[in-house]
Amino acid sequence: MVTGGPALLDAHRARHVAEQVPDPELPMLTLADLGVLRDVEVTVDGTVVASLTPTYSGCPAMAEMRADVAARLRDAGYPRVEIRTVLDPPWTSDWITESGRLKLAEHGIAPPGAAPRGPVSLVLSPTRPAVPCPRCGSADTEETSRFAATSCKALWRCRACREPFEYVKEI
Amino acid sequence: MSDDHVYLTLAEGHEDDTRWAYGTGFEDPLHGVDTTVPEGVDAEALAAECVALADDALVSAQRLAEWVTRAPELEEEVALANIGLDLLGQARLLYSRAGQADGTGRDEDAYAYFRDAEDFRNVRLAELPGGDFAFAVVRLLVLSSWRLAHFRRLEAHPDPVLAAVAAKGVKELTYHRQYAAEWCVRLGDGTDESHRRMRAALDEAAPYLGELHTAYDVRDEVAEDLRQVTEAAGLTLPVHRPLPGSGRAGEHTEHLAPLLTELQGVARAHPGATW
Ligand SMILES: [Zn+2]
Repeated sequence: MVTGGPALLDAHRARHVAEQVPDPELPMLTLADLGVLRDVEVTVDGTVVASLTPTYSGCPAMAEMRADVAARLRDAGYPRVEIRTVLDPPWTSDWITESGRLKLAEHGIAPPGAAPRGPVSLVLSPTRPAVPCPRCGSADTEETSRFAATSCKALWRCRACREPFEYVKEI
Repeated sequence: MSDDHVYLTLAEGHEDDTRWAYGTGFEDPLHGVDTTVPEGVDAEALAAECVALADDALVSAQRLAEWVTRAPELEEEVALANIGLDLLGQARLLYSRAGQADGTGRDEDAYAYFRDAEDFRNVRLAELPGGDFAFAVVRLLVLSSWRLAHFRRLEAHPDPVLAAVAAKGVKELTYHRQYAAEWCVRLGDGTDESHRRMRAALDEAAPYLGELHTAYDVRDEVAEDLRQVTEAAGLTLPVHRPLPGSGRAGEHTEHLAPLLTELQGVARAHPGATW
């Protein structure tokens, strides 16, 4: 059994490879930026075990992510790759990294605020704070749809610069 | 989403698992999850619970998908399709869990495509045809409010897989309930016509409400949500005698079979095919 030294280095390298895989639906983010790559380890027989978590139950990109990570690792010289799905604890938008948030904003997508913790009650008064426009920074914005091209985003519109924009929802 | 990436994927011939979100023959959504049923968990009851919740979700997703190209606004079409997609994702996980728990090893396709109406355990409210948008949002409010309350209880279920599916679902259902509630208020508190249709929708849904409450008693939470919404919408929740029978016992309306015919047609005409 090999421990420490080279094995540890190998795990670092494998992790680095997996971390750089872009998200299929938000390709400006890596899987590490998005917070869906939970763990990468190398077992004693040299198998790389990468753990991924879905953003939404119905996320259609999950199979794609699994395949991308496995392919990148194989290309990087790891012939044995195993991808595990981790369901618990569930993904939250809080796991999007700081650099991930900056990249979203640079691409005109408003990053999420802090996700709610604990049970959320039904609130029928408009208490949600406006999302600032990722282009001009104006707070004079409005939601046009709670749901957008992918489950994780909503559609908003800026009244100041008149541009529509997407917004990654807190979850 | 990057267009290049999607089209490339579609064009690649899918020789391995790099397939996009359509067709059948998906790999197990619980791929790589520890699927041992813990000691002390009644595997048969666990499987039954998973199937009932998955059937609610699958049948609801099918009804929601029917709004695509028919919703009053494009944004609503996108919203209803997204909500359906969340539910479909929950159904896939739950069917997979059921197949492991009941020892049959059936996959999600076996449950979704190769069971007949009498084997489905969804509540009847989910299968009723949804011709009116008012009924669609009333039904969504009732079902998402109930499912949310139920899933909150399930977060403490001794089966870690079901508990994890529930914990994930809670976050999604919170959005579904909010969406439905806002539409109910907008329509109830809207024009005379939208108000009238909301009243008709509540009348249609009311006899089916009793069927929802079985394993866990979440009546108070659901009643509180409905009270809050109907009050803000200027509506009253009608009191109806519950209809006899229960979808949970496989007793369905005449509307489920045609829904399944459409849902299952291709898979049954070409068993084992993937597309
Ligand atoms: Zn702006």
